[in-house]
Amino acid sequence: MKQYRAHLLVCAGTGCVSCGSFKIKEALEQEILKRNLQDEVQVVATGCNGFCERGPIVMVQPDGIFYQLLKVEDVPHLVEEHLLKGRPVKKLMYVPPAEKQPVPKMKDIEFFKHQRLIVLRNRGRIDPEKIEEYIAFDGYEAMAKALTGMTPQEIIDEILFSGLRGRGGAGFPTGKKWAACAKEKATPKYLICNGDEGDPGAFMDRSVLEADPHAVLEGMVIGAKAIGASKGFIYIRHEYPLALKRMEIAIAQAQENGLLGQDILGSGFDFDLEIVQGAGAFVSGEESALIASVEGRIAMPRQRPPYPAQKGLWGKPTVINNVETWATVPNIIRRGADWFQGLGTETSKGTKIFALVGKIANTGLVEVPMGITLREIVYGIGGGIPDKRDFKAVQIGGPSGGCLPAKLLDLPVDYESLTAAGAMMGSGGMIVMDDKTCMVDVAKYFLNFLQDESCGKCVSCREGTQRMYEIVKAITEGKGKESDLAMLEELAKITKDASMCGLGQTAGNPVLTTLRYFRHEYEAHILDKRCPAGVCKNLIRYVVLAEKCTGCQSCKKACPNDCIKGTLKDIHLIDQSKCIKCGACKEACKFEAIEEQREEAIQII
Amino acid sequence: MITFRMNGLEVKAEEGWTLLDTAKFYGLEIPTLCFHEGLTPHGGCRLCVVEIGEGLRSKLVSSCTYPAEEGLVVRTDSARVWASRRMMIELMLAMAPGSKVLQDMASQFNVTQVRFALRNTECVLCGLCTRICAEQMDASAIGFQQRGLKRKISTPFDARSETCRLCGACMYICPACQLRCQGPNAETAICNGCLTMEPTCLEHYDDLQCWMYDAGRCGTCVQEKKS
Repeated sequence: MKQYRAHLLVCAGTGCVSCGSFKIKEALEQEILKRNLQDEVQVVATGCNGFCERGPIVMVQPDGIFYQLLKVEDVPHLVEEHLLKGRPVKKLMYVPPAEKQPVPKMKDIEFFKHQRLIVLRNRGRIDPEKIEEYIAFDGYEAMAKALTGMTPQEIIDEILFSGLRGRGGAGFPTGKKWAACAKEKATPKYLICNGDEGDPGAFMDRSVLEADPHAVLEGMVIGAKAIGASKGFIYIRHEYPLALKRMEIAIAQAQENGLLGQDILGSGFDFDLEIVQGAGAFVSGEESALIASVEGRIAMPRQRPPYPAQKGLWGKPTVINNVETWATVPNIIRRGADWFQGLGTETSKGTKIFALVGKIANTGLVEVPMGITLREIVYGIGGGIPDKRDFKAVQIGGPSGGCLPAKLLDLPVDYESLTAAGAMMGSGGMIVMDDKTCMVDVAKYFLNFLQDESCGKCVSCREGTQRMYEIVKAITEGKGKESDLAMLEELAKITKDASMCGLGQTAGNPVLTTLRYFRHEYEAHILDKRCPAGVCKNLIRYVVLAEKCTGCQSCKKACPNDCIKGTLKDIHLIDQSKCIKCGACKEACKFEAIEEQREEAIQII
Repeated sequence: MITFRMNGLEVKAEEGWTLLDTAKFYGLEIPTLCFHEGLTPHGGCRLCVVEIGEGLRSKLVSSCTYPAEEGLVVRTDSARVWASRRMMIELMLAMAPGSKVLQDMASQFNVTQVRFALRNTECVLCGLCTRICAEQMDASAIGFQQRGLKRKISTPFDARSETCRLCGACMYICPACQLRCQGPNAETAICNGCLTMEPTCLEHYDDLQCWMYDAGRCGTCVQEKKS
């Protein structure tokens, strides 16, 4: 094998690719050729590093130097300085917000320091399109162990004992699900990998599929042996082209190498995999809806029981697990259930991946041990709230999760604590909000999402979400009534109570948690016709503050509706009759001379 | 035989029965709308919900789709069940206030107001028509389209269906196609005529002789109750 003195690991996750990491990779390769270093330095495209805020990212190994926010112009300088002269380039390194000195090594950066990588262990270090690289990092070792040295019952016992719970949201013990399916007599049995990730702001499954497709594959072969399945399906959203492509490559490579198909590793065990593309409905993530979708029917959940483990795909016993769950399995088999048991809390074991987004300094993907507090994630790893604003809430668990306020920042992140607080683990979306966020507006956003994405089967969910949206919308427009809050609570509770599937049963959460922790904001909208955060357009008006306006005209240029009057160096005025309240003027103003004010306050003056 | 408890009673169900089947067998009344004996249960209208389990783990399930399970504890008329049923009637009435079936149910369950803006879509998306078309008429000429707030029932591509034989089964089974009776306040959301009205025929005949269903059901010869 060819030995290189340095490896340039270019992040090729979707985030970095959209910032141009493929161009960086090309430029690096050309530059290396130009300087005749191609026999000494290798450029590798890896899966997502998680620090998407700072893309495109390049890691230089074996030094462990982390370069961020790269541009094509930086490449020649980088190659010359670092690879020829051996001087890491300081100006391309990460500088923490409050400091001046750059942090050269990845392992010293706060964002990476507190993470515990198990599922994402290969992120940013292997090329996901090369099976050899996965194998070099202990890949398929667990599969070999399971196929040649373990009975199905031993595999199930190992998973049961590890305490692994489903990472798709509900947290059902994976081992129990497998055991239930294994004891069914009907054949053939099927396996499904649920990669229909639809939460706004969530990209955990996408990253796992893009960064380490073989880990998912390996987990599924182990699961197949445990329950006696001969065929598996990987359901991936059509909107994830890169994940689809890498999974196709992974399956083809595994088949070529005898790791999938007939007589795997000479053990006499047959198992094959097929990719199914999702058509982009949020509800397809619900297991019975997903099965309907794989069968070619409309993605509409059905009554459970019978559970898929008893009657699933085409009426046969089927195990459905989330991408992250499958990718955890090989780690447990390889390192043992005892090791996995030691991570996390009493009831929630192992690690969980979260997509940290919203008003947070370090946007990205993080894998943390269960039981870590929200504060450690938001302030430790996430670097806190940018622009010196205050933390207001964090929305956990996707659209049907809940918004948790600042007083719950010390809450440990595990299945039980989150559910008790009114949120849920969900698939792991974490949206951070600052004090400029209106919680009624947030509830409206998620209700709008849910009324669109409800499959529409149950009256409670279809009509419930629509009516809740109507009421919350009226409140944000200043048309709320005092009786609305009781009505909302009643509707939210009944929607949760009476609906058939997980979507409806959690659809009331955005309303219930915002009402529980931010009731005063609803009251301000209804009683005072005021939006405390200055977000709801009907309740505010933009005004130029005469004492701050310099007459620079930048707001006038920004206004899309030509409603700002004023000549250069003269105080400007906003024509309220024409203003569409888009807020472009406020963003354009460099002197903070435009402010949103309450409608009535102005009327009184 | 599957043995479980329903409203405190020990009941026995045959293999393959749902909770609704069992309740019917024992004469316990559970209201239904999207259920029809000749069709596959759908579980969409949520009127037939019952409470299963006990304590914190109890939950509501649709009895028309939930299979009878050994040792289950079922309550068909708890406060939680009633609150849900009444809300479902209210939500559906706001969609189709012209439906006689729904209007009658409102009176039966004492739903006296609709607190939502009326939509008058005249369809509650119960799916009875799509199922009778597919399962009894073997046509599958109509089906659900879209999801969530755009959900509707139509023919493929909204075009005239080639498989439709104009048999009219969809209209026959539709709970919204039979229009409400012309009570005294037909223009309001909820009629509730049955709550305040009594049939006039009772004055003329001591024994009930109305040739329409049961007395007063037709709604044509009612008068306000003499209190």
